[in-house]
Amino acid sequence: MLTNILIAGVGGQGIILLSDVLGNAAISSGLSVRGSETHGMAQRGGSVVAHVRIGEARSPLIPRGRADYLLALEPLEALRYLDYLKEGCLAAVSTSPIPPASVHAKVAGYPCVEEVLEELSEYAEVFRVNALKLAKRAGAVLTANVVMLGALSALPGFPLDAQTLRESVASRVPPKTVEMNLKAFNLGREAVKG
Amino acid sequence: MAKPSIAVNEPGRRVFLLGNLAIARGALEAGVRVAAAYPGTPSSEILDAIAGVAPELGIHAEWSANEKVALEVAIGASYAGARAMAAMKHVGVNVALDALATLAYTGVNGALVLVSADDPGMHSSQNEQDNRLLARFAKVPCLEPYDAQSAKDYTRHAFELSEKFQTPVMLRTTTRVSHAKGDVTLGELPDFRGEKFSFQKDARRYVCVPAHSRELHPILNRKLAELERYANGSELNRMRLEGEKGIVVAGVARNYVLEAVESLGVEVSILELGITHPLPRRLLERFLGHVEEVLVVEELEPFIEEQVRALCGDVAVRGKDLVPREGELTPEQVEQAVARFLGVEYSPPPRRSPRLELPPRPPVLCPGCSHRALFYALKKVTKRKIYAGDIGCYTLGAMPPLRAMDTCLCMGSGVSQAQGFYHAGVEEEVVALIGDSTFLHAGLPALLNAAYNRAEILVVILDNRTTAMTGHQPHPGVGVTATGEETFALDFAALAKALGASYVAKVRPNDFEATLRVLEEALSRRGLRVVIAEEPCALLGKKQGLWKTPPRVVEERCEGYLCSACRACLRIGCPGVGWENGRARIIEELCTGCGLCIAVCPNEAIVEVERC
Repeated sequence: MLTNILIAGVGGQGIILLSDVLGNAAISSGLSVRGSETHGMAQRGGSVVAHVRIGEARSPLIPRGRADYLLALEPLEALRYLDYLKEGCLAAVSTSPIPPASVHAKVAGYPCVEEVLEELSEYAEVFRVNALKLAKRAGAVLTANVVMLGALSALPGFPLDAQTLRESVASRVPPKTVEMNLKAFNLGREAVKG
Repeated sequence: MAKPSIAVNEPGRRVFLLGNLAIARGALEAGVRVAAAYPGTPSSEILDAIAGVAPELGIHAEWSANEKVALEVAIGASYAGARAMAAMKHVGVNVALDALATLAYTGVNGALVLVSADDPGMHSSQNEQDNRLLARFAKVPCLEPYDAQSAKDYTRHAFELSEKFQTPVMLRTTTRVSHAKGDVTLGELPDFRGEKFSFQKDARRYVCVPAHSRELHPILNRKLAELERYANGSELNRMRLEGEKGIVVAGVARNYVLEAVESLGVEVSILELGITHPLPRRLLERFLGHVEEVLVVEELEPFIEEQVRALCGDVAVRGKDLVPREGELTPEQVEQAVARFLGVEYSPPPRRSPRLELPPRPPVLCPGCSHRALFYALKKVTKRKIYAGDIGCYTLGAMPPLRAMDTCLCMGSGVSQAQGFYHAGVEEEVVALIGDSTFLHAGLPALLNAAYNRAEILVVILDNRTTAMTGHQPHPGVGVTATGEETFALDFAALAKALGASYVAKVRPNDFEATLRVLEEALSRRGLRVVIAEEPCALLGKKQGLWKTPPRVVEERCEGYLCSACRACLRIGCPGVGWENGRARIIEELCTGCGLCIAVCPNEAIVEVERC
């Protein structure tokens, strides 16, 4: 049994934290885990992607067409990795756009979020999450990544259970922010469960 | 938060580690006593992690001024009998090569492991050289781990090998090993505190004058032959014989080959190499004796392939005709190469590009980054200029809209290149742009050289008080060591004067008007001028509470909707300034309150908000 999770977003959104949380939760659940992520120059507000493979995998990279889950912390970024999505892929997507500098400088346009999600839904079953709103409700915009993790954990068939993930979140975030992050996680879960 | 997982002494426990942290753990398990490094992607986390636990474990861990210095510190420690490590990115080994190329002659005492973290695909590098070639050039053995567990295990093995053969050992990783993560089973963490070392003098070995080196070279060559015999029987090289076609593979590609073979459901002989220099030729000959055709799968150069060709006899050798020589390999590329080699059907999953046009999102200077202010001020000073650039975050200033960098080659090269432009007699003003850490790494001799040879250039040291690009490592200018102890802090201005600059000034780029004035002054003078632009990295500034309240746009003054030519605030390229409904908009989630947009708006339409 192998579950491939692709996490897409923007440098600075806390993607590495999410891959750590997932990896530690997998180990706590007695599963093997591998992955790969972007550091250095590629961060700095650029597109960032992390691969997490839970179960029996060798390669740290998900092969094209094999991602079971897509976790997109930014709507536009969700569309950059269509190559990776498996048929029947489930996608939790933040509907809060972060326009790149190229958009502000008017050298490019940010597509309409509705159209982005529509196109994505041709390749994946899309679960929308208003991550920014829920993060603010949890107490800080910075918890948007954990909101999205909560959403991911509630998708059908997700291999890690919510409590293990909560414990993993609690052990990775600064002690003062544990409560806020757990609230964010739960809000994300509820957003998907409806 | 919990104790760092690399310092937990629970043998058998499984932890989730980044490849570089697994290397750090391997070094701790092996009893490393001295660890030195210069930060560089994808190597930086190794020393970050060791430094984090060094005081507790009685280890000396340091950020060195550059890679050559780091390696030499490790060499001294190993001569004294300690187990030492130096870690760097691939191009860092070029800097250290002067030491490395003779080090194998003397060999080491204790142990010395050099980690070379290569960057195929250039995620964060200026080239994608294959440092296995340097291991061979410098006559040092090379081990290539392929995942997080092997990164830890091979590091231990490298120390043991180094100690056994009294040779430096290169542990060569690539981005997808260093920055891959995996579950790692920890080994024992013995207590090495209190170990004592002493240097046994031996001039014929440690003093590399010609008479001694002539004796040492044949000894080294005999040692390499012994190492090859060792490699022939080493458990790090795995052979499985299943079929008349064979694959030889090393590094991260081992994973891709094994997955491809499983996924294609084919039978094939596989030789996985963990030691790639010296290449175990006897083992390869045995493998070649069992197969009719062989495919070598390796990232970057045909390093193994070319050596296999010299041994192959009647066996047909495939390699770079099927596997790309540039960039990092992907699982699909390898699966395709394996399928073609074996003559089986495989169609890679289709490429899909979205119908919607996606705006690009390249890395950019952070909101509030003081480099932006400095670059913008430089562009404002109306003189034609050539910008000789260097390596760091500020290299991002080469991109539009700032376009404030005309060259970028290697660490420290901007200052000397600027000198070359000047001596070639160009008409433009020549400006060298170099970061604080980069300046201390390799710019210092270049500045001295410019003064000595009477170059009339302007050197701007972009001093953001840290090595920002690689994750905020301290350097000799900031007054803190790798382990957080206080130490002396270099005075850049005093240094520039001592090195012979005729004009030295210091500015805070966030004081935009003052910066403009100083740059105008500096550019109006002749001689060697140095401007030190000092402002803490915006990311550090956040931790230090230096961020200010974001400014506000006064709608009636923002003329953007009347005059589309304005948008001065957008020309600084700050992600914190947007444009909405014909007006500037400050994106408060990103804004650090640096005030550059306030300074550049001609209509005073962006104003500071009084703090409550």
